[in-house]
Amino acid sequence: MSERAQLLLEIADDELILGWRDSEWTGIAPFLEEDVAFSSIAQNEIGHARALYELAARDLGTTADELAFDRTPDDYRCARLVELRLPSWEHTIARHHLYEEADAIRLERLRASDDSEVAGLAAKIDREEVYHRLHAQMWFDRLAREPRFTAALDELRPLAAAILDREERDGHSPELEELWEEMTMVRRSQPAGTSW
Amino acid sequence: MVTAEQVWAALAEIPDPEIPVISLVELGVVRDVHVEEGRVQVDFTPTFLGCPALEVMRDAMAERIRSLGAEPEVRVLTDDSWSTDRITPEGREKLRASGFAPPAPRGTTPPTLVQLESNGFRCPYCGSRDTALENIFGPTPCRSLRYCRSCKQPFEQFKTI
Repeated sequence: MSERAQLLLEIADDELILGWRDSEWTGIAPFLEEDVAFSSIAQNEIGHARALYELAARDLGTTADELAFDRTPDDYRCARLVELRLPSWEHTIARHHLYEEADAIRLERLRASDDSEVAGLAAKIDREEVYHRLHAQMWFDRLAREPRFTAALDELRPLAAAILDREERDGHSPELEELWEEMTMVRRSQPAGTSW
Repeated sequence: MVTAEQVWAALAEIPDPEIPVISLVELGVVRDVHVEEGRVQVDFTPTFLGCPALEVMRDAMAERIRSLGAEPEVRVLTDDSWSTDRITPEGREKLRASGFAPPAPRGTTPPTLVQLESNGFRCPYCGSRDTALENIFGPTPCRSLRYCRSCKQPFEQFKTI
């Protein structure tokens, strides 16, 4: 696999899995505004994943859906940080903060790429991510001195390095397999009358 | 034989699927139209990548071109060439008249929390600038929620991207 396809898949997998995890707050976030915000952020991340998969799929001679749903859990290249099921709000916000911080650096590197397709898509994604970062910043400012939040940050921070460093992407957490089961269930069952 | 002008005019009749007061041409997402021997190529830029209306827009354009008797090809450009600055002045006014505050012009630097929390955003109903940010996100990824302290109306503010 080309370096470009590998890079696109890593980022796409991060965004898909994080989008899926973020969507788990739909309906049960601590208050209505956050329900709306997290659902929107999840939707955006999955949209970014789709655009990245589409670019990778062209290089690999496949489709975005096949890349997103037809691989086995071991074939995903996402970082452990995005895989974790985090049922506490402070952990979710800690991950949101850590991910957006690392993703901003990653997008800045990609925007400077000589590959105009990658650079253009990164610039497009970055325009939308600005609002994710503002949302993360708002929560960081609000919780910065809360011990539960700082403990969650300390706990998750070691996992953030993998967002920027492929060497740190060493295998998956058991939670990825559980999530994969849920995420691909409809596609694998191929309900009557559907085709893809 | 269909002309590029006819294609532009036809596309200008397609409403945005989520905010039907504005057309796809007014939204600025149609970047270019090429006509060659009965084939029409449309270059189309998504607004937000997570927007669920993308397929609806793409299919509506293809269908409209087919109804002109030409074979459509809608190319999706995923670079950053679309920004909210591409919404036409007519489009902006239609948004405002329907209760959607049009996006602020893009600055040289990305928006900040301080800006969003400032009262630089005008209420689409009464025109007051005494408005507060309620939520960075809204019913779709492209909108935020604000509240007008003057006429006591919540309203949707287009994000600047």
